[in-house]
Amino acid sequence: MGQTIAQKIFSSHLRDKPTPENMVLDLDAVLCHEITTPIAIMDLVEKGMDRVFDPSKIKAVIDHVTPAKDSKTAAQGKIMRDWATRHAIKDFFDVGANGVCHALFPEKGFIRPGYTVIMGDSHTCTHGAFGAFAAGVGTTDLEVGILKGVCTFRTPVSMKVTITGKLQTGVVAKDVILAIIKKLTVNGATDRVIEFTGPLVDSMNMSSRMTLCNMAVEAGATSGICLPDRTTAEYLWPFIKAEYTTIDDAVKDFSKWHSDTDAEYIEVIEMDISDLSPQVTYGYKPDHVKDIADMEGTPVDQIYIGSCTNGRIEDLRESAAILNGKKLAAGVRGIVTPATPLIYSQALEEGIIKIFMDAGFCVLNPTCGACLGMSSGVLAENEVCASTTNRNFNGRMGKGGMVHLMSPASAAAAAITGSITDPRKHLQ
Amino acid sequence: MKTFGGPAILLDRNDINTDEIIPAKYLTEITKISLKPHLLEDLLLNDKPFDSHSTKMEEAKVVITRANFGCGSSREHAVWAFEVNDINVVIAESFARIFRQNMFNCGILAIQLSSDDIDAFFTMSGDISISVDMDNEKVTALSTDSSQNTVECSFLLNEYDKNLVSAGGWLAYAEKNY
Ligand code: SF4
Repeated sequence: MGQTIAQKIFSSHLRDKPTPENMVLDLDAVLCHEITTPIAIMDLVEKGMDRVFDPSKIKAVIDHVTPAKDSKTAAQGKIMRDWATRHAIKDFFDVGANGVCHALFPEKGFIRPGYTVIMGDSHTCTHGAFGAFAAGVGTTDLEVGILKGVCTFRTPVSMKVTITGKLQTGVVAKDVILAIIKKLTVNGATDRVIEFTGPLVDSMNMSSRMTLCNMAVEAGATSGICLPDRTTAEYLWPFIKAEYTTIDDAVKDFSKWHSDTDAEYIEVIEMDISDLSPQVTYGYKPDHVKDIADMEGTPVDQIYIGSCTNGRIEDLRESAAILNGKKLAAGVRGIVTPATPLIYSQALEEGIIKIFMDAGFCVLNPTCGACLGMSSGVLAENEVCASTTNRNFNGRMGKGGMVHLMSPASAAAAAITGSITDPRKHLQ
Repeated sequence: MKTFGGPAILLDRNDINTDEIIPAKYLTEITKISLKPHLLEDLLLNDKPFDSHSTKMEEAKVVITRANFGCGSSREHAVWAFEVNDINVVIAESFARIFRQNMFNCGILAIQLSSDDIDAFFTMSGDISISVDMDNEKVTALSTDSSQNTVECSFLLNEYDKNLVSAGGWLAYAEKNY
């Protein structure tokens, strides 16, 4: 019987199989940020186990609250900084060089097809866009990952979501993944790996694939994954060109990870997205999703454009195309945070930052910021935000606030009208 | 090995997420104990705020709840917030993967039961107390009112998860084995 991409990655990284249902994997990358790592570091120090398995496989960033907002967040940053210095962790990104983890690490070429990746962050599934097995874990898993370079997962069970059809203008990857989560529900993929395939995924750039995989966890999935192909190889080329003679060679090599045609899936879902309209969430769960037409006119107080879901240059371009020459509606606050310094400077060069500023937006440094309600745009009670982020839980962006998840284009349309609006009406 | 069980608190809702178990604003804390007063402080049950400081809550050693418990963020703070409040067992119809993994990684129990078994707990009279028999994989609930009713259910624990519990968690297990 053939194997899925997840099964291939698991068998090639198998360190131990304590039971038939559990596999202990060797890790290629352990990613760290300042919210979940400091406690792991302190616990290791306290237990006299302050070691790292391989400093070159550990990548660390301060991104959730940066620059520090108070003494506590300053202390978290300091613990990370001192630890990185102590263990000669070269790939550590601090103020000025830092950005949202799941945007920054791929951009640096740290994630490759066939890799096993963990991070103390649920949206680690984003990196599956590169054909890697990447999963969010808690602090104890992170601690063991740092110390031993291993992590245990249940033997992978995959489901396939095949996406066909052609997207209408103004409809993007974010709309597709919201529609998928609506169909699967918030636990429809629990303990499964979602393999995103089909002509639409094949035609997507890496940014869109990252948006898809990013929200796999919102359906409960262990990870999302896309098959690595020419698009993947072209994106990674600057980092892999020493390893391959041509891009073709890389594409050929990557194909060894592709799922076999007779691989087994627990479920196969086909979705034709040709008629899909922009999607938006209405409640406190990511599967509370409606067509934008059904939410049209809902007033908003704040627009938030950024995050690991939609803070990449492609996303900013999408928003800017609608905002160009327009102003924020009266009484509406606009916040944009390019996800990494590279994206920020690209946006500067392309004139996108000016479009945002002319529209009246506050342009933040790269950070998670308001996405998790810790800084930089927390909502007051009863306030409503049109947001390009990935979670709309009650209190997520501030106690008593409501977050409507949507695409960068839809968020930009809401910015100029002051209420939820179909972005297709404002495409220039 | 720890013993598990005691007075239970019932949370009658699906999809209780980790933001509700411990809000993100407390993620700047760098000691587990500082999470203690904030457990479940943003939880809504029947659209009403849950009283996270009731006597029942203070006494609870076990949580019984519905499907997809602990969904959302990977924060182990959610598990620690239970631990520092002396709650070492969560019984649910299903769990989000990371939360379940975090519970066993800390050497404590996430027990999955069928929805019928969970229903049986929810329909028992008065307050209930839970005892867990790890060796025989049985959970017994006792009504503490005059009815003294009991409901017994079997659960399945994967051998690996069991070993994590006996080792006292994943760090100790990994230190010994890898
Ligand atoms: S941007 Fe939001 S979802 Fe992404 S890593 Fe940061 S806090 Fe998490």
